[in-house]
Amino acid sequence: MRDRIPSGAGTHPPLHYPPYQSTRLRAPSQPLVILPERLADLAAPVYEWWSIREGDNDLTMHRGGEAQGQRIIVAGRLLDESARPISGALIEVWQANAAGRYHHAKDTHPAPLDPNFTGAGRVLTDGAGRYQFTTIRPGAYPWRNHDNAWRPAHIHFSVFGRSFEHRLVTQMYFPGDPMFAYDPIFQSIPDERARERLVATYDLSLTRPEWALGYSFDIVVRGRDATPFESVR
Amino acid sequence: MNNQPRHPTPSQTVGPFFRVCLAANAEHGQLLPGTPPRITLAIRIIDGGGAPVDDALVEIWQIEGERGLSAFGRLGTNEDGWCEFETTRPPIPAAGASHINVCIFARGLLHHVWTRVYFADDDRLSSDPVLALVPEARRPTLIAKSDGTTPARWMFEVHLQGACETVFFDA
Repeated sequence: MRDRIPSGAGTHPPLHYPPYQSTRLRAPSQPLVILPERLADLAAPVYEWWSIREGDNDLTMHRGGEAQGQRIIVAGRLLDESARPISGALIEVWQANAAGRYHHAKDTHPAPLDPNFTGAGRVLTDGAGRYQFTTIRPGAYPWRNHDNAWRPAHIHFSVFGRSFEHRLVTQMYFPGDPMFAYDPIFQSIPDERARERLVATYDLSLTRPEWALGYSFDIVVRGRDATPFESVR
Repeated sequence: MNNQPRHPTPSQTVGPFFRVCLAANAEHGQLLPGTPPRITLAIRIIDGGGAPVDDALVEIWQIEGERGLSAFGRLGTNEDGWCEFETTRPPIPAAGASHINVCIFARGLLHHVWTRVYFADDDRLSSDPVLALVPEARRPTLIAKSDGTTPARWMFEVHLQGACETVFFDA
């Protein structure tokens, strides 16, 4: 029985991963039914009703005042596995504030809320598949998965590519975080090299003098006609 | 910039705090307004212990008429695990029965899972090539039931795990 999504061996976490307690009652236990590609083919949605506005990719100025925290720029390219850029695709991000608290009714972490930070942004990739966000570095925060559990600082990403099979939700982490070793969500990715692909790179060329630190983070979605690296099926 | 093949980016859970970004707009539950025939598609997510999943994100993807595009909607589930889309009954595909793809993200799902919803009154179910790939005993997990009202209200319960676990697909 296989309970892993089969794209790039070791890349995606297994659905059932007991150290992450929430998987225990939520991960399907039956094998996935594999469809021939022609039966699973659906184009990406049209974003005509998203009404994305200029400035939606700046999380630091959403409410008129400036968000608290270390200002950062996160930028990169959206590619398929053949390294072809995907243009005009919707990328959405959400994150905790600088103190490690989300703008969410059920986040009860006793850290301060920032009235100038909701922590949500969105952007469409340009003609070369590039995107860019301006935000603040999120704080780490505690959760109740196990005793004294803390999530490493991260930014959630939701990505649409060209088709249904490109759909991806993931998290971007920051280099050198000492909490990686203790985080079952990060550690659920079987291959250590695949884990590293979720860690942004400090990028001096993105860093704006006297203004903000720059991090680069490319996103690669599975591509139908991609060159296979490993035997995955 | 090199064009070497790239390894895919791993998936991670959507977590419990996505609403401000991904489920802030109730209009995203309305698909193809004005396109008949209108239906309500009520989807409920249930975990392996039989409890409603009140923090799931549910997306529906369906073929949009002649343009070959996808119509798309997404909603967060409520405290009873339900979300309710207003859409149109999708056109009949070249082979098989009319259906809507359903994608589910949640805390505890390290990768999203997806399934298909078919309609119980469709006489093409027996010739659908995807249903044919599913063991017969599990096919009912993919079929929404109507409560007989007009406009049609279809209910689809997704069991993430357990004895009546829904069939999930991969491509």
